[in-house]
Parts: sequence; structure tokens; C-alpha cells
Amino acid sequence: MPNAGGGRAAVRRLEAVFRGRQRAALMPYLTAGFPDLDSLPALLAALAVGGADAVELGIPFSDPLADGPALQAAATAALTAGFTLDGLWDVLERTLPSFPLPVVLLTYVNPILAHGTLRFVERAVACGVTGLIVPDLPWVESGPLRRLTRDRGLALVPMATPNSPERHLQRIRSGEGFVYGVSVTGVTGVRDQLAPDVLAFASRLKEAVRLPVAIGFGISTPEQAARVGTVADGVIVGSALVSAMMQDPVHAAGVATATVRALHAALDKQEGRGPE
Amino acid sequence: MGADTTHPVGVELPKGIRPGGRGRFGPFGGQFVPETLMPALAELEYAYRAARQDPAFRQELAHILSRYVGRPTPITAAERLSEAVGAAVYLKREDLCHTGAHKINNTVGQLLLARRMGKTRVIAETGAGQHGVATATAAALLGLRAEIYMGAEDVDRQALNVYRMRLLGAEVHTVTSGSRTLKDATNEAIRDWVTNVHHTYYAIGSVVGPHPYPTMVRDFQAVIGREARRQMLALGGPPTHVVACVGGGSNAMGIFHAFRRDPVALVGVEAAGEGLHSARHAASLSAGTPGVLHGALSYLLQDADGQIRLAHSVSAGLDYPGVGPEHAHLAATGRAQYEAVTDDAALAAFHELSRLEGVIPALESAHAVAWVYSRRGHWPNGARILVNLSGRGDKDVDQVARREAAASRMGGGADA
Repeated sequence: MPNAGGGRAAVRRLEAVFRGRQRAALMPYLTAGFPDLDSLPALLAALAVGGADAVELGIPFSDPLADGPALQAAATAALTAGFTLDGLWDVLERTLPSFPLPVVLLTYVNPILAHGTLRFVERAVACGVTGLIVPDLPWVESGPLRRLTRDRGLALVPMATPNSPERHLQRIRSGEGFVYGVSVTGVTGVRDQLAPDVLAFASRLKEAVRLPVAIGFGISTPEQAARVGTVADGVIVGSALVSAMMQDPVHAAGVATATVRALHAALDKQEGRGPE
Repeated sequence: MGADTTHPVGVELPKGIRPGGRGRFGPFGGQFVPETLMPALAELEYAYRAARQDPAFRQELAHILSRYVGRPTPITAAERLSEAVGAAVYLKREDLCHTGAHKINNTVGQLLLARRMGKTRVIAETGAGQHGVATATAAALLGLRAEIYMGAEDVDRQALNVYRMRLLGAEVHTVTSGSRTLKDATNEAIRDWVTNVHHTYYAIGSVVGPHPYPTMVRDFQAVIGREARRQMLALGGPPTHVVACVGGGSNAMGIFHAFRRDPVALVGVEAAGEGLHSARHAASLSAGTPGVLHGALSYLLQDADGQIRLAHSVSAGLDYPGVGPEHAHLAATGRAQYEAVTDDAALAAFHELSRLEGVIPALESAHAVAWVYSRRGHWPNGARILVNLSGRGDKDVDQVARREAAASRMGGGADA
């Protein structure tokens, strides 16, 4: 989605993705540059065709300490294939103006610092990115970056975890875009079962903050997504999608569409949920 | 925000923050970790502050350091080395600590804290295995369960230390992700901590990581400098130079800290590997740039996109692409100077100290000796040089012997 409407409008459009529909929004995650950067436009299109409502796009990092084996492997493969930030900006500049969904970038903090914080933010906005998730930048360290993003229409997405104290939930009320609720104390990855208290956690977040709440980490199957979607405003699926693509990288786009379509169908069927 | 609070890489910081506040050393340090760990770091900081002020905790730590670790360690006046370099050289003998290196000072302190916090499981990262062995040792002493993360490369290279850790009752996890070395073992330990944060204590092995680790590890190692300062006065006067090797930098911070307000030159010696222009080195301060790795803002080896580069040193204990944030601050303010010494120079010093003093240094510590040796004949009159001999070299003998045998087969003359 282009950022032509200016800063605040872009952030409001991102928030709107999670509001006013009968079901939770679906935000699949892709590792940029996996299997290679040239296929990124086709993969983004494949997610849209499958029924995604927004896309989380991960910048590969050499030391992804919040990620489990699947996303580590995808990042390593992308870096080995020659991923660079400049290469990513080139692709996004060409692709996002005609892409119908909001795109949120996930990056560890060091690539932002190495690129130059202001330059990173300006490039992301110029490409049409509407949100930024930085898993190793906790809220108390995020002030300087938040001041830069807020003026420019790039939502710096706050994160919350099951062990976050009330004080943290109070602080992130001034965040933008949505709250990324991490469903487990742990790293990203496919899990057989949802964390038992995930619905209570999602409810707690929704009561504490006015922003939409999207839940991620360890949501793998359509059934799990539907269950989380009964409470959350959005569901984020990463490792399960990337793992499926890894098993069949030649047909990654087809796999992406099929995976997202199944998740979308499960969310559509969920019951017991009204519009916001 | 004024210009004085803006970091070169654009990290703007509140004014006047210090360790103990937000955990900063100038602009360096901080807590760059997933939100999940923030409550754990707060709990740790609270528990550490309370323990420091508790006479019972201090007494128990002092007791273990004297009766178990073997403190105070002596200072040896290295007379033949002094003659060779043309200045008085003194060695702080951390090689005489139980387990053969300074690492045990920190693990005894942290594991006492872990027990006090009610944690039943301790995890640690290790490169060559020295911190892993020191953690396993303290865990055995205190009856805690220890699990050690070690890169697959290092597990192969340091099989004996893997056996030692297991002998001491620890479980060793082989890390096969990324570069399969210390950096990745640290990532894996952090992932474990994120997952098991409720009952697990993470014992970091150096003055790195998120606040409060750099301050806490420094404090546990500061016993080295407190002893050395007193011992040097008894040996005729304070040193003019204090020299220590720097990987993460815990032995250096340990000996520097007590001298920080004295008119004494503090010299950290990094590993230049095959040379600072070779890209195969581990000199984060001499040749790196600011960035965030493993939870702290400091100096790193990285490419233009902020991807962490592999470090190289003949010494596994210095083979790390980052450095403690307090060292970054000491370098930035000029309070300490940082030099770099190549693999070859360190190996030469390994031989030199063995032959001249009957002390086989760890290859890490040999870097500090090598820098002192490199300035032989140029030391000012009256120089009194205190070198932190952070560990003994028994662990390295096999590696050095194999390296020299290989070099002589190639027709080179690696022997110093």
C-alpha cells in the first residue's frame, strides 16, 4: 500500500486492517530474500491471493536471537544467497506502490543502526512500508526510534508477552499500529499446541490497550489460528508458512497461497465473534 | 536532545544515565533484548543489589573465594622477563585460581546469586570451554543443575573441556546454528533463557550482555584489581601500566576497575589474529564500529548492513566479534588505550614466558605479555608494568604443538 496519504493516514490504514471485520485479520510472515530476493514480488502477490490482510516481512539477520530453527534457517539461507538492505529497498520501491496490503517490516535493531536510523526510517517510508517491528528493542529502549517514526507515518509496533507487568501494558498505550502479543515465553517456531493461556493473554491485552491486538509466535495450523482469532484482532503466522515454503522452494509461491488460503478459511468460519 | 547525547550511529540517549540507572557507560550498554526478558533483567538487578548489600552474601562469597578458589592469588615479579623487556614486569597470577583462570571468580558470584534467587537451573554459553568449566564447577559446589551451550566447532576443537564439564555433572548442548562458535552459543543460551525464564538463571561469562550483566560481572571480577593494587603497594609502589587481554573483556575490567582513579595507564590488548587488515581478527575496539549484539550497544565486527562478521583468533577465549560496553566507554573517553597483537606475536610470547619464567600462559593472556614484549627497549625509566595473567596455558599446549608441527611440515618456522 503506498504511503501517499501521508504519515498519520498510513498508520490509521494499518490500524484499520484489524478493525471492522467479522473475523480476525490474517498477517502472514515472510523472510525477505528467502528463497531469493527476486521472487519477493511474486511471493507478496501469492499472500494477497491467498487472502492475507497484511504482511509482515522479516529482514534477515546473522544473529536472530528471538527466532527458532525455521526462521533462523531462512535468514541464513537469505544471507547466503546475497541479501542486502539496498537490494530489498529496490524491490520494495518497485513492488509496494501497486501492492494492495499494508507491509510491516521486522528487523533486529543492529541493521537499523548500521544503516543509520534516520536513513532507515526514511527509506522504509519512501518504499511504502507502514510499520516496524524490532524484537530486540524493548519499549524502554525505543524512545529515540519512536520519535523518528512517529513524525513520518511508520508505526513502531510495541510488543507484549505473557510475563509483561501491568506497568509495561500501561506504557505501550501510546504505541501505534497494533500491539504484537507474543503468545509464549519463548522464540518463534512451530508448536504442536497453543500456549494454554493464550486466549486469556489476548483478552488481557485488549483490555489494557486501545490498539488492536495481533497474536503471534507458535501459531501454526488453521485450527490454532481460528482459536486465537476468536479473541485477537489479528493472527500472525510465520514459522509454519516459512517451513512449508522451505520444503518446496521451487513452488514457494503456490505453497504460500495454499497455506494462507487454509488459514483464511479457518478464520472466516470462526464463530462467536462480532465486529469491533 | 543536545548533540552531546547523540550517539554516532544515531542512538539518542537521555542525559546523565549511568550504570545502576539504565545501565549505560556513556552511550554504551543498555538492554537490547526481547520484551520477554525485561522482567527477568529487572528481577536480576533487584536481586543483585540486595545481595551486594547483604553481609551474609558477601561473607559467603569471600569464604568460597579464599577456601575454594584459592584467593588472594599472588603477584610474581617476573625478573627474567623484566630484564628482557627493560622494565619491571609483575604478573597477577589468575592462572593459579581453581580451574586455571579468572572465570571462576564470576561464576561463584553469579551462582550464589542464582541460588539466592531460588533458581534451580543454570545455563551458560562457552567458547573454548573455560567459562563452561567454571560454571559447571560452581554448580557442582553449590548443588545446582548446569547446562552449557557450546558451538559445534568448539566442541570438536575442545573435546577435553567438554569431558571436564560432563565430569563435573553439567549437560553440554552442541550448537549447530550460524557459525557454530561462541557467538551462536550465546544466541542459543539467550533463546533458552527466553523460553525458560521462570526457573532458569543465565550466567554470562564476560562483561557483555544486557544491563546488569556488564556491571555485575565486572564487580565479581574486581577482586583481581583490589588485591593487585594492595599487593603492588606492598611490592614497592603502584604500577605505571596495567595490561590485560580483551575478548569480551572480563579479566581486563576486573583488574582495571580498582585503578580507574589512579594515575596509571590502562592498556587492553585485543586479538589482531592474522592482522587488522586481514579481516581475520577479533579486535572489535581497534577495528570495529558501534552496534548492538547480545543485548548491549558496544563495538562490533560487522558489515555495512549490520550483519555480524566472524571473529578470528588463535586464542579461542578472544574469538568473539563484540566487546563489553564499559570497554567501549573507556576507549571513547580515552581512560584506557586498546592495542592489538597478532596470533604470531601471542604464540611467541607463549614460548617466551614459559622459557623465561616457568609460567605457561593461556594464549589469551599471552596477548598481554606480547604487547609488553613488543615494546622492549622502549619502556620509560621507572616503568612498573602489571600484567593480568588471566589463565594458565595447559589447555592450549596441545593446540600449539599441533599448529607448530603442521607449520614445520609446511616448511615454515613457527617456533619463536
